[in-house]
Amino acid sequence: MGERIFYNVLQVITVMAFAPLVSGVLARLKEMVQSKRGPSIFQPYRDLWKLFHKDEIVSEDSSWIFRFTPYVVFVAPIFVTLLIPVLTSYPLFFAFMGDMLGGGFVLALAGFFATLAAVDTANPYGPIGASRTRMVGFLAEPVFMIVFFTVSFVAGSTIPYIVQQKWVTPIANFFAPSHVLLVLAFLMLILAEGGRIPVDNPTGHFELAMIDESKSLEYSGRGFALMKWGGQMKFFVLLCIFLNVLVTPWGLAAGQTLGDVLLAMPLVLFKIFCFILVLVFIESSLAKLRLFRIAEFLGAAFVTSVAAMIAQVFLG
Amino acid sequence: MSDATRQLIENLNALAAGLFLLTAFGIVAMRQARGCLMLFIAQSLLLAVSAALLGLRFDSGHLYGVALVNLISKPIIVPWLLRRVAPAELYTRREVDQVLNIPTALLIALALAIGAYFLGIPLAKAVGPSSVGPNVPIGIAGLLLGAFTLTVRREALPLLIGLLAMENGAFLAGISIAHDLSMLVELAIATDGLIIVFIVGVLVRAVAKQVGTTAVGELASLREAAARNTERAA
Repeated sequence: MGERIFYNVLQVITVMAFAPLVSGVLARLKEMVQSKRGPSIFQPYRDLWKLFHKDEIVSEDSSWIFRFTPYVVFVAPIFVTLLIPVLTSYPLFFAFMGDMLGGGFVLALAGFFATLAAVDTANPYGPIGASRTRMVGFLAEPVFMIVFFTVSFVAGSTIPYIVQQKWVTPIANFFAPSHVLLVLAFLMLILAEGGRIPVDNPTGHFELAMIDESKSLEYSGRGFALMKWGGQMKFFVLLCIFLNVLVTPWGLAAGQTLGDVLLAMPLVLFKIFCFILVLVFIESSLAKLRLFRIAEFLGAAFVTSVAAMIAQVFLG
Repeated sequence: MSDATRQLIENLNALAAGLFLLTAFGIVAMRQARGCLMLFIAQSLLLAVSAALLGLRFDSGHLYGVALVNLISKPIIVPWLLRRVAPAELYTRREVDQVLNIPTALLIALALAIGAYFLGIPLAKAVGPSSVGPNVPIGIAGLLLGAFTLTVRREALPLLIGLLAMENGAFLAGISIAHDLSMLVELAIATDGLIIVFIVGVLVRAVAKQVGTTAVGELASLREAAARNTERAA
């Protein structure tokens, strides 16, 4: 019992500690593809450190929502981390609290508060970005639902620990059409939800073209650091769900000892690194879509997820 | 063959069929003419893979023959023929317009694919245990989606590809129903397909020469009738 709580806390610490590293490595690799040197992979940590030591300026006309939102955005991914397999393949102490659908709702709550906060300050760019994020969000929502329903249809459960066993025993299940198509649909979702390139440009500095970034334009100091860190952790959590539950359920700790769990850490990070390479390839070879083409991109994701479902039904 | 291997082969075949369905959706929605052709090539390759896997599963030499014929005729000869006979303008234009916008077309295509379930499952049940995997319903879905492509496209090359995609769908259903079709039939169908490509390509070339465009959807009225109408108006 005691050690299960400890491992659960260890999962949270892993996510908190390595989420900035993931975005640092991703940024560095993208710059290297463009024949530039790019910032150090530890730059996100330095940014966070700097922001935590800066003064925070809050508009007098903003309400409590603006002050409260960074904490929601920061805590939501941590809460989801308690529910999903990050390091271990067996459920930990808090895993009973919710399934994948519950995790999705908690992340949606953070997005909801971020939208409210962006509208709250009356900065003209905040609401533009917020409404665009909502547009992407409501187009992504049906895909999320169909993906989770197909998962529960195939695996008989939405609890991530049960789902991940389904794909590897027997190994033939890994090549089931529903599995591969689900992975494709979820990959498109990660690109949309993480604000990656065919949908949004994470390195853009032009306010009118921003989608995801503009929500935190008004924040400074500690609030901005929390928003940034929360966004990085959300991305990390999405990657964990994608890699540990759907794509490669290997490399997680099956044993109960501390050594097993610590060994899982580099393996999981290695999986994430491999996925980042794929992501860099996607981001470097595609151009950002025009705003109204995003509906077509997510329409394709929707069709892929429904194809996964009907392929399963067609099996007879 | 052990049970695990058979299960693996059946799942791989189902995967090829699932990706086949995805390419059929892609052909409905793809904007670029060149992208349409690429998707068609991918679809034909997946068809060949499915035929080869089913050949392995049922130990049938004929299905290997089908795979080989598909591998040579569609991904290699069809693009080559099109490049020879169709006007180059077809490839250089990026945007190809449709009757419906893309999300609407995709939603209707989804409804068609789900409808294929009700046509395909009774058929697969009637064939009995020799039909494995989702080949029959997905083949029928491919057929319907090809027909749908024919109705929503206004450009010559995607229209032709919709026609060929219909044939691909019928093939995908066929290989899981009839494992030992005579080789002669397969060859006849493959040659037929190539002749269709050739004739349509020449036709498109003639149309492009006469009218100056390959957007055949805009050719809605006969020229003499249109001329007479303008005379009457004058």
